[in-house]
Amino acid sequence: MSSSIEVNEMVEEAGVHDRPERKKKLGLLFWICVGWITLNFLAAILANVLPLQSPIFQDYSAVNVGPSLHHLLGTDDLGRDIFSRVVYGSRVSIEVSLGAMLIGFGAGAPLGMLAAYRRGKFDAILSSVMYVFLAFPAIIATIAVLSFWTPRSLFKIIVVIGIASIPLVYRVIRSAAMTVATKDYVVAAKVQGATDRRILMKELLPNVAPIGVSFLLVGIATVVTLEGALAFLGLSVNAPTPSWGNMINESLSRLQLNPWLAVFPSLAMCLFLLCLNFIGDRLRAHFDVSEGKL
Amino acid sequence: MLIVIVFIITVGAFYLIHLLPGDPAVVILGTGDSPSNRQKLFKELGLNKPILEQYIVWIKNVLHGNLGTSFISQTSVWSTIKTALPIDVEIIVLSQILAFAVAIPTAMRSARKPDGWLDRILSAGSFTLLSIPSFVMIVLLVLVVAIKLGVPHTGPSSYISLSSDWIGNLESLALPSFTLAVGSYVVYYRVLRSDLIATLQEEFITMARSKGISQRRIMWRHAFRPSTVALLGTAGVNIGGLLAGGFIVQYLLSIPGLGYTLISSIGLSDYLVVQGIVLVVSVGVILINFAFDIVINIVDPRISRE
Repeated sequence: MSSSIEVNEMVEEAGVHDRPERKKKLGLLFWICVGWITLNFLAAILANVLPLQSPIFQDYSAVNVGPSLHHLLGTDDLGRDIFSRVVYGSRVSIEVSLGAMLIGFGAGAPLGMLAAYRRGKFDAILSSVMYVFLAFPAIIATIAVLSFWTPRSLFKIIVVIGIASIPLVYRVIRSAAMTVATKDYVVAAKVQGATDRRILMKELLPNVAPIGVSFLLVGIATVVTLEGALAFLGLSVNAPTPSWGNMINESLSRLQLNPWLAVFPSLAMCLFLLCLNFIGDRLRAHFDVSEGKL
Repeated sequence: MLIVIVFIITVGAFYLIHLLPGDPAVVILGTGDSPSNRQKLFKELGLNKPILEQYIVWIKNVLHGNLGTSFISQTSVWSTIKTALPIDVEIIVLSQILAFAVAIPTAMRSARKPDGWLDRILSAGSFTLLSIPSFVMIVLLVLVVAIKLGVPHTGPSSYISLSSDWIGNLESLALPSFTLAVGSYVVYYRVLRSDLIATLQEEFITMARSKGISQRRIMWRHAFRPSTVALLGTAGVNIGGLLAGGFIVQYLLSIPGLGYTLISSIGLSDYLVVQGIVLVVSVGVILINFAFDIVINIVDPRISRE
């Protein structure tokens, strides 16, 4: 508090309210969540190799049994092992979310950074186009397109959700890059005669990346939810391929008979989302990004 | 801006029909395919003309409130939408009353002592709720409330219309409204809390405190209004999203709102109804966002001056 003017300037520049910059510890819970997500990913990748029953094998001698040693989470009304279906089901969620984010970030992030760096007409036109697409919820657009663009496939779902996510990614990255682009070190690089390419790659990218990563996690969580909702409405991959959403959908007609059918995929999905959100939130606090930017 | 967005939406909704593989006439007519129906549809949609003219024909009809006639149910698309829409509105209104009624007091409590024990519990709770998608929530609620506890009219396919029995109507809409309310609550609580915390550090609050004004009065009279700008913006986006979120909660319980109608029309390949609902919902969302922008300008006149 030696010179309040200086402090005020720093605060204004950093866009933080009044607390001095202080990195929060990540904590044990953070690492538990990281572990859980890693476990999910590994299980999804290695599902073929792991000693699991086939997710579509129908064992009529064990129909609708509860959790037991033989069937860890029980079986459904076709005698299919729920545990193995939950593991295989995570594949669809993970594939769709990674694929969609690849498209969203692949297009949205470079455009956002470029718009923030260039400003002027390029930024104005691009931003108003993106604003138009941001104005209505992604779920209506995806439901509309997927219901008309038949037959449905995993690829189409990825493309539709991916394109729908571009404006969101664009907005987040643009506003993050905007605060970085006005920093002194960027001006200094410009004065020294650095090329635009160099400034974008060496100055902007590393400083935008933390925000990008924490938004990526939130984005994955959002896409998993969206794909789940589509599957719940019967608009995602077709049976018998299991996904968390269509397992919940299939359980609806048997809620009274066998509630486990709904509970386990729901639980798997919620835990996955909770961990992703938690990691994203902690990283945001760690990198000291104010929530308003997201 | 508003006009540009609505224009783009109409183009998008119009073009949807052409995403269908094959002859749109065959797909739209479905089982109702006969030479006379075919001729009628060709005339109505101008299918034999170039695509630009088709759009002009279509948009003229739409502006006259004619969204076409479903060849599957033989009713006009607009009348289908008109009977379904009030149900969506009722669910959304109920859910928003509930969400705001809980979010405002809890956010104020939290903001009064950030990082206190109550704030920690509320924040952790909201964080957990954030990770439960609405379709999971509604399934679990139906499982517990309708099936295990057996509360009447809350299970699937037990919708009762407002005009026939209002108590039964409330019961049948309780679970979907509650589900949407939870999702909204989480968002509102988080936004309002962080804004209140920021506002409470402003100088005019310190000034009010030093004058000895009570905590309650400071919260409601001084801190609340300047903290609601982001909340209102979020609410606008969120309520628009609820029109879409309603699809999910209605689907499970077969509540005949727009969402359920949309999904069942997709199942029936009743494409004109799907197109109509997509158009109406999208325009509705835009108008809601626009209305909230106006409200925000009234609440905080500084914004329009900038």
